[in-house]
Amino acid sequence: MRFSRKSLGIPYAVFLVIFVAAPLLFLFYYAFTNGQGQFTVWNFTHFFTDPNTLGTLYYSLLLALVTTMVCLLLAYPVAYFLATSTMRTKPVVLMLFVMPMWINFSLRITALKEILNVLEGNLAMHPFLNAVVGMTYDFLPFMILPIYTTISRLDGALREAAMDLGANRVQTFLRVTLPLSVPGIISGVSMVFLPAMTNYVVLDMLYNSTYIMGSLIGSYFSAYNWHGGSMISLILLALICIFTLLTGNEEESVGRGGALL
Amino acid sequence: MIWKTFRKMFLILVLVFLYLPILILAVYSFTESTNIGAIRGFSLHNYVTLFTTAELIDMITGTITLALAAAAIATVLGTIGAIGAFYSRKNASRFITTLNQIPVINADVVTGFSICVLLVVALNISKDSYIPLLAGHVTLCAPFVFLSVMPRIQQMDPSIYEAALDLGATPFKALTQILIPQIVPGIISGFALAVTLSLDDYFIAMYTKPATFDTISTYVVNATKGAQTTIKTALWALSTVIFLLVVLIVLVTNIRSLRKANMEGGRRAQ
Amino acid sequence: MESKDTIIELKGISKVFEDDGFKAVDNFNLEVKRGEFVTFLGPSGCGKTTTLRMIAGFDVPTEGDILLNGKSIIGLPPYERPINTVFQRYALFPHMNVYDNIAFGLRQKKTPKDMIDRKVGRVLELVDLEGFERRAIRTLSGGQQQRIAIARALVNEPEILLLDEPLGALDLKMRKEMQLELKDMHNKLGITFIYVTHDQEEALTMSDKIVVMSEGRTQQIGTPEDIYNEPANAFVADFIGESNIFNGMMTGHLKARFCGGEFVCVDDFEEGTHITAVVRPEDVEITAPGHGTINGIVDSVIFKGIHYEITVLSGKNEIVIQTVHNARVGDRVGLRVDPENIHIMLAEDHTNLFYADVNHDFRLEYNGHHLDTSLTRIIKGSKRREDGTVVDGNGDILEPDRVRILVSLMPDDIEMTDDQDAGLIQGTISNLIYKGDHYSYIIHTELEQDFVVNDEDLWNMGDRVSLLMPVDKMKFTLKKK
Repeated sequence: MRFSRKSLGIPYAVFLVIFVAAPLLFLFYYAFTNGQGQFTVWNFTHFFTDPNTLGTLYYSLLLALVTTMVCLLLAYPVAYFLATSTMRTKPVVLMLFVMPMWINFSLRITALKEILNVLEGNLAMHPFLNAVVGMTYDFLPFMILPIYTTISRLDGALREAAMDLGANRVQTFLRVTLPLSVPGIISGVSMVFLPAMTNYVVLDMLYNSTYIMGSLIGSYFSAYNWHGGSMISLILLALICIFTLLTGNEEESVGRGGALL
Repeated sequence: MIWKTFRKMFLILVLVFLYLPILILAVYSFTESTNIGAIRGFSLHNYVTLFTTAELIDMITGTITLALAAAAIATVLGTIGAIGAFYSRKNASRFITTLNQIPVINADVVTGFSICVLLVVALNISKDSYIPLLAGHVTLCAPFVFLSVMPRIQQMDPSIYEAALDLGATPFKALTQILIPQIVPGIISGFALAVTLSLDDYFIAMYTKPATFDTISTYVVNATKGAQTTIKTALWALSTVIFLLVVLIVLVTNIRSLRKANMEGGRRAQ
Repeated sequence: MESKDTIIELKGISKVFEDDGFKAVDNFNLEVKRGEFVTFLGPSGCGKTTTLRMIAGFDVPTEGDILLNGKSIIGLPPYERPINTVFQRYALFPHMNVYDNIAFGLRQKKTPKDMIDRKVGRVLELVDLEGFERRAIRTLSGGQQQRIAIARALVNEPEILLLDEPLGALDLKMRKEMQLELKDMHNKLGITFIYVTHDQEEALTMSDKIVVMSEGRTQQIGTPEDIYNEPANAFVADFIGESNIFNGMMTGHLKARFCGGEFVCVDDFEEGTHITAVVRPEDVEITAPGHGTINGIVDSVIFKGIHYEITVLSGKNEIVIQTVHNARVGDRVGLRVDPENIHIMLAEDHTNLFYADVNHDFRLEYNGHHLDTSLTRIIKGSKRREDGTVVDGNGDILEPDRVRILVSLMPDDIEMTDDQDAGLIQGTISNLIYKGDHYSYIIHTELEQDFVVNDEDLWNMGDRVSLLMPVDKMKFTLKKK
């Protein structure tokens, strides 16, 4: 057989099937079986009937929602000011906002913890606040970059046209820039919301012992309960699917990569 | 004028939020202090500890080795995968692209846990073999290499490859001499991205690593739970070293064409 | 029997693309003699580039065979064919300098270094770029890149050089210059050139032989003179040079009726035959009113430098005339054409041809009726841009005033009705022939055009009918005015 470029796809397809598709299939298997390998929906019903796990779901959603809002409220102005600025040092300033992403997150959270310790006295007193601050600190750059990219790609003439047609600055922003930057916002939200529901290490490090969805997987993992952990993973996957379907942005999800480089 | 000042102040305040903790920690890492508070005397003992404690050195070299190995494998896989997918029929191409997207949008907790379930639980591969850990990190990184190479291939004039064939190059030579050199920038940024992702990872390592092995993330998270002061302050030094390294790398890679690099960074972000 | 100097022969080549089932080339046959300059000419999407790619080996024909020096090369990959290509956008390797680009093919053949040096030097001299060896590709102008692309192909001394619209990206002046240079190179080197273009002037200037293609099929093969003077069908006549095309009918021995008059011609067909008449604009003479075959009123006059382009309306027919004599808008004039300048051809498959106009909404109009389609739907690759203009596949702006659409419609697809307002156009039945299982009618319309309509039912001569012409059965060709 002659060598062809198409055949290069085969090893990668095999790799994806083994390490991406197969693990997901096994999640399904474990989620709907018990320790004896018998089919059961107990893991499923348990999650949606136990007040503890439901409480975890609500708490994660609340935390993710608040974190995403805070990130957005900080990131949008940063992105907007940067993208519309004419200063010569813009690339440098942008780089400053991106650079924290390249420093190991656990070390950055350690640093934040020391500061919060001084400011709050006792970290254990403000668990929710700590969690929001910690996650915002961790994820903010991931929200800034996609919004910045979207706004900076808008044709400057659009804003000029709006003003030319009599819209003032505020109107121009509300009716032209903001609607057109929605794809960037969606992309940013998708990069913050999910980690905020699952990244339980940030909570652990900041003395917030409340469980979020990720902590459930962590605790099932520690207890060697693969069946329970698989069910939580499936529920998270379902949430991701819903989110992706709602936003319908296959391409925007490249964001994490873009944000990192 | 007020507006302009406000804009500037806002940017500065957010930057302070992002950098103050790291910078304060950097200052304290050069002192004998064990807590943020009164500064007690200049000292390099944190750096001495960092570079002489076997446990710390092992953890750092382990993290870097893992990152380089995973990134290298991921780069090869992701690159040939992108080339293969681009030239495959629509259905095959869509199949690869869709599967490729899963680890990208999935939560790392889920990715790590699912790989652990397959390799360690179902297939009974020992974590001590490092296979689950390496496989997990390659799975995390390869899709991003794929995504960073793909646009390069898409932008390429398709007749360049055909021109090589036309001039007598075999498909393999056309691939190695013409196609791959064209996408080198994408491959390099894919590799860099893979290294960063691996270095920053906590969850996949947590669920797949041997008990005796630690990456920076897993080590730091564990250390903050304990109360060993010497280790804690040595990690301040580590944080400072990494911060300075990042600054250095950013300066070196961007000094020639800061502007261009930024534009490309922005382009890749979509 | 193949003659000895046939270098390449294409036998019954067809190409159907797997992904969309599109038939790009349909039963293509061609023999090319050694040293010939052959041009594939046709509008975009006619299959000319696909044919070229099959010769080069990038695409494999679905059917048919390609013989090089009498031997089939169908199974040979492109890198084993002694054929080289100059690509549309040059396809120079951007990461290599000029020398490495040109040497690429020689290196694949393991040519010794000093030989490569010599050959590269010689071919650079040929394209007038001596001393450019070390230059990076991106530092070259479009014209220089073009020359390097030619040099890179020629250095391999191919038996056939394929050129895929190589001048398309150059500006007009540069293009003219390169045309002459390419022709010159062809004469000097004696290599067979197969050239693809959609520019009829380029084809006429350079070629020994032109293959006119449309919708995957060969329309005519011949010398530039043949093709210009004796177009085989209405498509060729229309595509090569400018033409007035009329549907008509033979009314007697060497007599044809079209455009509202009866003309004497030199082509003989049986009386009552449905014909297409083609008249070149430079062949129409303006006479005093009443002294020509038909009369008309001058509708527009445009000065074009060497001549005037005058449009005359005769009834509802539009005749374009190129003449050195001026006329005034509104003048009544007579028009005549020398019999030998009227090209009468059998209406091919009795296809009905007529022109539709494009209005400012980019919708099509005929006889005051809207056709239910728009410009962007019928022109491949065209799209409406944000600023409201429409561009074709090459990105050229299409202005409604500057284009019209040649519509073709088969006789089976037209229906006659008594309801005079129902159809696009009305006319009277002027001829009918029984064809065994159906009648073939000729309808003489109010626009002085003849349409051929097939119908199973019997209608009477002189019946006044309206013609229902379904838009989905129409085929459209863009014509620039």
